[in-house]
Amino acid sequence: MLGRLSFSAIPLDVPILVGTFLGVAIVGLAVLGLITYLGKWGYLWREWLTSVDHKRLAVMYIVLALVALFRGFADAIMMRTQLALAYAGNPGYLPPHHYDQIFSAHGTIMIFFLAMAFMTGLFNFVVPLQIGARDVAFPFLNNLSFWMTAISFVLVNVSLFIGEFSQCGWLAYPPLSESQFSPGVGVDYYIWAVQLSGVGTLLTGVNFFVTIVKMRAPGMTWMRMPVFTWTAFCSSILIMVSFPVLTVALALLGLDRYFGMHFFTNDGGGNQMLYLSLIWAWGHPEVYILVIPAFGVFSEVVPAFSGKPLFGYATMVYATCSIMILSFLVWVHHFFTMGAGPDVNAFFGIATMVISIPTGVKLFNWLFTMYKGRIQFHACMYWAVGFMVTFTIGGMTGVMLAIPGADFVLHNSLFLIAHFHNVIIGGVYFGYICGMNFWFPKVTGFKLNEAWGIRAFWFWFVGFYFAFIPLYVLGFEGMTRRMNHYDNPEWHIWMLIAEVGAVLVLLGIVCQLTQLFVSIRDRNLPANRDLTGDPWNGRALEWSTSSPPPPYNFAIVPHVHGLDAFMHDKENGIDTRHAGGPYAPIHMPKNTAAGFFVGAFSFIFGFAAIWYIWWLAAIGLIGVIGTVIARSANKDIDYYIPAEEVARIENEHSRKLMAQAAE
Amino acid sequence: MKNKLLARMARLGGLSSALLLAGCEMDVLDPKGPVGDGVKSLIATSTIAMLIVVVPTIILSLVFAWHYRQSNTSAEYLPKWSHSNKIEVIIWGVPALIILFLAVITYQTSHSLDPYKPLEAEATTKPLHVEVVALDWKWLFIYPEQGIATVNQLAIPVNTPIDFVITSDSVMNSFFIPRLGSMIYAMAGMQTQLHLMASEPGDYLGESANYSGRGFSDMKFRTLAVSGDEFNAWVDKVKSSSEQLDGQTYPKLAAPSEANPVEYFAHVEPGLFNTIVAKYNNGMVMDTSTGKMIQVQSAMSDMNMKE
Repeated sequence: MLGRLSFSAIPLDVPILVGTFLGVAIVGLAVLGLITYLGKWGYLWREWLTSVDHKRLAVMYIVLALVALFRGFADAIMMRTQLALAYAGNPGYLPPHHYDQIFSAHGTIMIFFLAMAFMTGLFNFVVPLQIGARDVAFPFLNNLSFWMTAISFVLVNVSLFIGEFSQCGWLAYPPLSESQFSPGVGVDYYIWAVQLSGVGTLLTGVNFFVTIVKMRAPGMTWMRMPVFTWTAFCSSILIMVSFPVLTVALALLGLDRYFGMHFFTNDGGGNQMLYLSLIWAWGHPEVYILVIPAFGVFSEVVPAFSGKPLFGYATMVYATCSIMILSFLVWVHHFFTMGAGPDVNAFFGIATMVISIPTGVKLFNWLFTMYKGRIQFHACMYWAVGFMVTFTIGGMTGVMLAIPGADFVLHNSLFLIAHFHNVIIGGVYFGYICGMNFWFPKVTGFKLNEAWGIRAFWFWFVGFYFAFIPLYVLGFEGMTRRMNHYDNPEWHIWMLIAEVGAVLVLLGIVCQLTQLFVSIRDRNLPANRDLTGDPWNGRALEWSTSSPPPPYNFAIVPHVHGLDAFMHDKENGIDTRHAGGPYAPIHMPKNTAAGFFVGAFSFIFGFAAIWYIWWLAAIGLIGVIGTVIARSANKDIDYYIPAEEVARIENEHSRKLMAQAAE
Repeated sequence: MKNKLLARMARLGGLSSALLLAGCEMDVLDPKGPVGDGVKSLIATSTIAMLIVVVPTIILSLVFAWHYRQSNTSAEYLPKWSHSNKIEVIIWGVPALIILFLAVITYQTSHSLDPYKPLEAEATTKPLHVEVVALDWKWLFIYPEQGIATVNQLAIPVNTPIDFVITSDSVMNSFFIPRLGSMIYAMAGMQTQLHLMASEPGDYLGESANYSGRGFSDMKFRTLAVSGDEFNAWVDKVKSSSEQLDGQTYPKLAAPSEANPVEYFAHVEPGLFNTIVAKYNNGMVMDTSTGKMIQVQSAMSDMNMKE
């Protein structure tokens, strides 16, 4: 009846998990209770959970990403604490099977649910506004993408309390991840969580590709597109091309596990090397999917706070596109040590280094954007300059790893761990947080507190170096990744320093939370409000709308007359908004619960498939198909905002603008 | 000329890294064999070449950010300036030249440090053959010429090239002795090759560099680099053990165990390594010298091995 699921799957014998469960349960009940007390369920359901508005979905994605950050960081600091303790005979406080789950979950969560969700949140908020569109091309799919991502994250967290998570690392290399060596449910949780979230990601890629190709405002030619939109475009292409490879790799692994097939097994003609090739044919483009939009954020932020246009716009576009293409030609550098010949290794090594040329060009472009500018040291600029310094180091160590001869001693060492955290924290995370500080007033109508933002930056920045420079050293000392204890006393001091770094990063996260809290508390102070919609003297179209933008974004679709469309209009006295109309009724998509239900049934399906509860899996699958059919048959999916309503909203914003100008 | 420059840069790199990290034991940067030496100078050369771009970039980021701050009204402000062909040529050209330089040494070292390539010393010194099997979670070393085997202890004579052939009878691992240089994966049903040599006697850490499950953290071995005479004495010591490795005792050894102690086997069934490889390949094994698949014909080919 319940397949593999029994009472013994609940880890009551692990005090850490019981404590975590109680904590999550208490916080969860408190949140649910508060919503009930405030009578906000109807509002939450109608305005948020079923929303197809890209701006609302953006907020939900970023909230999801921040929750994932807490979970992923909790894993990180537990690992650091374990390794600060577990040396010279001391087993530490985490048993191996628990530690191995933690590092697998840490990687999976940070990539799929922190970074991808945050990135999608930024795409959602910024791209339609930057190109002068009223929404994305497929608003319902957008909502569905969100729910597929959200339920997958729930699935990963359910594994904490029911059963176990994978103990095979974040990429689940076979044959270790085959049922012969990992018979438990951990790898199945991993497979289903990643597969279901992959559906969401793929739909996101398609959605933004079509949005950017088809829905740009009149006059916005390719070479007038803002750089962030360019990066979202390149990233969407990479998603469309690479995520199917991930889906296939994990589907084949699933066939091995569920149906006893032999794609990657040791025996029966299976070949583990094929999995490595497939997973990295997705995995390497994946890191560029994440980092290219971060480059896009900096390309918006640095000009805005330097009071100058971006240096070398065309170069930036070419560099982004060449990184996109090259990112597909380098995956073998993840396994130089698998025994390929020297010519193969040399080819992929050199292809990898070539990427550093356009990447270096980008760095110089931001540098020369600051050159002869008037730089306002807003919190965003701290993250941007911190990024330039940190990412440069990460790029250098990346090229070292790209040289096969050097990789033969650095592969899988803590040097590698330090390198990719250097580019993912120093590049991706710094970029997204920079973007959050930049666009927050556009989302909410009030600014983020700067003092706390700068404190958060310093803790993150210094904490990063404390946490990861020791790992570079440990790599040179021959320490490999994924050990849960060690006996070399030389390594211990560096692990202690890294622990200090983790604590500093923790303080950075506390500062970020404080920043959010203080900003929301003080949102009505006049200095914090963004009444004009253009708090930073912005350059692209998103700053031409009110903050937050009306549901339809643009009452009259703007005409683009040049690069940096809004700045061009401001300089030439053109009213981008066409204030005063005449306004026409605006065609809008209706909110729908279909995405939520497809997500919920997919969750049931995934959970049942993990535990072999086949009748429940059938219910889940039928539920998904039924919901999709019902949604397809529903013709009542749109409505019009009447012209008078548009005029009312627009005139109110115009009054605010005039009042602001009069001050 | 270029090689001289390279060597000088490598020395400089070695010196600066030694100064930077004085006092800590850098296994990888303080190698005890020719392969490790080659890797070390490669790391030093490439790092120095990249620092030519990296250091100015970091300094310029900080200098520009500081100099053009809003409060410094004496700094020049060009609110429209956003293009310069001269700068474009430099920012594409300089990184491209450095990558060109690195590409050349990458190509050269991919060949010279190819783990499959026999060491130059093999022209004058007869190499020692060692067959390595990664098990859950320990390392089995078979010395076919000596007819002995050990677990978690690898003894090698110094200044003698060692030809490793490596496989796994379980999941993927990576065979790595940081002091000696390169690593290579160990995979079931396949044989990978590695050529290493120790030039100084010592007791060096050996480990798996690819996570292989719950016993991974203790999957370590000691590498004893000793003189020729001491090596022969060690072989005799192993031969005096009462243990034998054959079709009966191997499955017991191959069963999963954690933090396995050192074990000696005075005698090992000939062809055991090939049998282990062949059991995942329908009884076939590749002859590494000719590349042809051959049927394993050993006394143990029909032994009952635990899957």
